[in-house]
Amino acid sequence: MGIYLDNNATTRVDDAVVAEMLPLFTEHFGNPSSMHGYGAAVGGKIEWARGEVQKLLGAAFDTEIVFTSGGTESDNTAILSALKAYPKRREIVTSVVEHPAVLSFCDYLESKEGYKVHRIPVDGKGDLDMAAYEAALSENVAIVSIMWANNETGTIFPVEQLAVMAKKVGALFHTDAVQAVGKIPMDLANSEIDMLSLSGHKLHAPKGVGALYLKRGIRFRPLFRGGHQERGRRAGTENAPAIVGLGKACQLAREALPVELGQVAALRDRLESALIEAIPNCFVTGNPANRLPNTANIAFEFIEGEAILLLMNEFGIAASSGSACTSGSLEPSHVMRAMGVPYTAAHGATRFSLSRDTTQAEIDKVIEVMPGIIERLRKLSPYWTNQGASTAFQPVYS
Amino acid sequence: MWNYSDKLKEHFFNPKNSGVLEEANAVGEVGSISCGDALRLMLKVEPETQVIQDARFQTFGCGSAIASSSALTEMIIGKTVDEALLVTNKDIADYLQGLPPEKMHCSVMGAEALRAAIANYRGEEWVDDHDEGQLICKCFGIDAPMIERAVEVNGLTTLEEVTNYTKAGGSCKTCHEAIEDVLEAVLAKQGKKLEPAAGAAAPAPAVIGLDQIAPLAAPVTAKPAAPAKKLSNVQRMQIVIAALDEMRPYLKADGGDVELIDIDGKNIYVRLSGACSGCQMASVTIEGIQTKLVEKLGELVRVIPHTMMAAE
Ligand SMILES: Cc1ncc(COP(=O)(O)O)c(C=O)c1O
Ligand code: FES
Repeated sequence: MGIYLDNNATTRVDDAVVAEMLPLFTEHFGNPSSMHGYGAAVGGKIEWARGEVQKLLGAAFDTEIVFTSGGTESDNTAILSALKAYPKRREIVTSVVEHPAVLSFCDYLESKEGYKVHRIPVDGKGDLDMAAYEAALSENVAIVSIMWANNETGTIFPVEQLAVMAKKVGALFHTDAVQAVGKIPMDLANSEIDMLSLSGHKLHAPKGVGALYLKRGIRFRPLFRGGHQERGRRAGTENAPAIVGLGKACQLAREALPVELGQVAALRDRLESALIEAIPNCFVTGNPANRLPNTANIAFEFIEGEAILLLMNEFGIAASSGSACTSGSLEPSHVMRAMGVPYTAAHGATRFSLSRDTTQAEIDKVIEVMPGIIERLRKLSPYWTNQGASTAFQPVYS
Repeated sequence: MWNYSDKLKEHFFNPKNSGVLEEANAVGEVGSISCGDALRLMLKVEPETQVIQDARFQTFGCGSAIASSSALTEMIIGKTVDEALLVTNKDIADYLQGLPPEKMHCSVMGAEALRAAIANYRGEEWVDDHDEGQLICKCFGIDAPMIERAVEVNGLTTLEEVTNYTKAGGSCKTCHEAIEDVLEAVLAKQGKKLEPAAGAAAPAPAVIGLDQIAPLAAPVTAKPAAPAKKLSNVQRMQIVIAALDEMRPYLKADGGDVELIDIDGKNIYVRLSGACSGCQMASVTIEGIQTKLVEKLGELVRVIPHTMMAAE
């Protein structure tokens, strides 16, 4: 059996979620819009799922939940909706460390549609530059879109506070909470957050389903137009099995929150401290005092992430990397660069993301094999000698 | 996850000739830490015979960077310095049974380190002259500088033209926006503007002035003369495209058409459509195209129906 420590990329669908979904493929296959018993059964299930999402988020009303195809759709919808709803406001505020679902979309809006985009920088720990945030806010801002927790480092942003500040200038506040939902408690009813994105496959539901939270009363413009599904906010016949799966996953996540904050965090800490202890020249990226309980991102200096992952894979261990070579681009992760992590370490940044399925035996196995993997690659590296890091190597830059 | 060949995996998991070569008398150090790969190549050259007796490497980089380094050392040990200089990055990639397009730069780094080391041995200074840019089209491995050059040299103004000249954008189409960005930047430098996407040959205006048609046809038929010198891939492609365009009216008269699918060295893959495809005459048509292309290119090529392309 493999050791899966890439839960920020995607999670295993929980058995109970699969069980909840299956009847929607077989007996309850109706279209929820239909005027007969087949439809009604499915419609009821979807409404139950909506309630479960609502409870996990601590939202005031279940009608604030709109089902979508996932995090990316929710992010795009939220931003575009705000721009359409407030056409006179031509500015967007976001951060430099957002997921491409927000960042690439903002790049596009800036270069092709002429919007002004403020990308708020972060410090060495990945914490947001609050002064820059405050300075960027103005009556010209239609929407602030800042993630709740970062997918690479797990660093948590103070979104509730950021939302209060955004409201003061009349801007809508959206948060990409794809990584945060189910891992930390939420109470949207008592926050100023207007919109929130979540994605099923990050919390043991299937891929291709997610939700957008829309606070009651805010202006909204749909991305998809067509049928009256989701109260006209997202046209298209509902992906009923996936939505019901998401509902079940939210119920399970709510019940497992203490596990996430307790056992998962403890295993993460165990892994992290053991690796830092055993391996020279490595460090934790992100803010250890303020991050998701399941994420450890460790930068191993003078070696490259893809090579690390390939060797880990030989031991059946799955993780991920911020290295350029895993993404197909030549630049290492924009998150590592934004935090000012030097290139010699950014390419070796390795993300271990746990879940409630992770066991102590698995973590101990990783602790056992990682030092050998790192040493093996460092032996190949021109930046490394038997005595440690080498400064003699100065290649011709190409 | 990359689809690495067995050969590549073998050289990554058990690299040959890694480590420091104490008796080295030639060292090449290339790469860029920002791009995530750097390589130090150490050679021991026998001064009498100029034979590379030993080679070792140290590499900071991904799986294919390490494997490329390992392969390189295996390929050059026992060769003379002059023979080694004939090893190209393509040879390294071939030795590893191919590299994904995103990873070709790893083999480039190997070839460069070799040249740097040999320059070092000869007491010359090695200057890095490769301009490898951001990969734009993954399907065909075309980077930004290649597109820029094609646009500048041929005066291209539309996405479709870029595709015709470089192949970039001719397959999955995900790179279309990126190609347009490059195109737009070059045109802006020339003080021109990007022509709006010619999505399906825009409905012809009622009256077209001749001056409106002329510039489009011109670049294609510009230089089909058979050159004596060895053709670059881009040149070969341009000539092929022009030749096919010349033949097209005849094929169309028979209710058919021809489309260039790929050029792989001397193999030219085409798709025959309409009346030509599948009919008895297909092989005759292929032969006719081949004769024409050989004449235009001044070199021997094979025209092959795309259905016989090696499945990848
Ligand atoms: C922070 C963040 N936002 C958005 C997404 C995209 O979500 P989805 O894959 O459901 O479109 C992801 C996951 O890939 C993510 O980590
Ligand atoms: S990436 Fe260019 S056509 Fe596929």
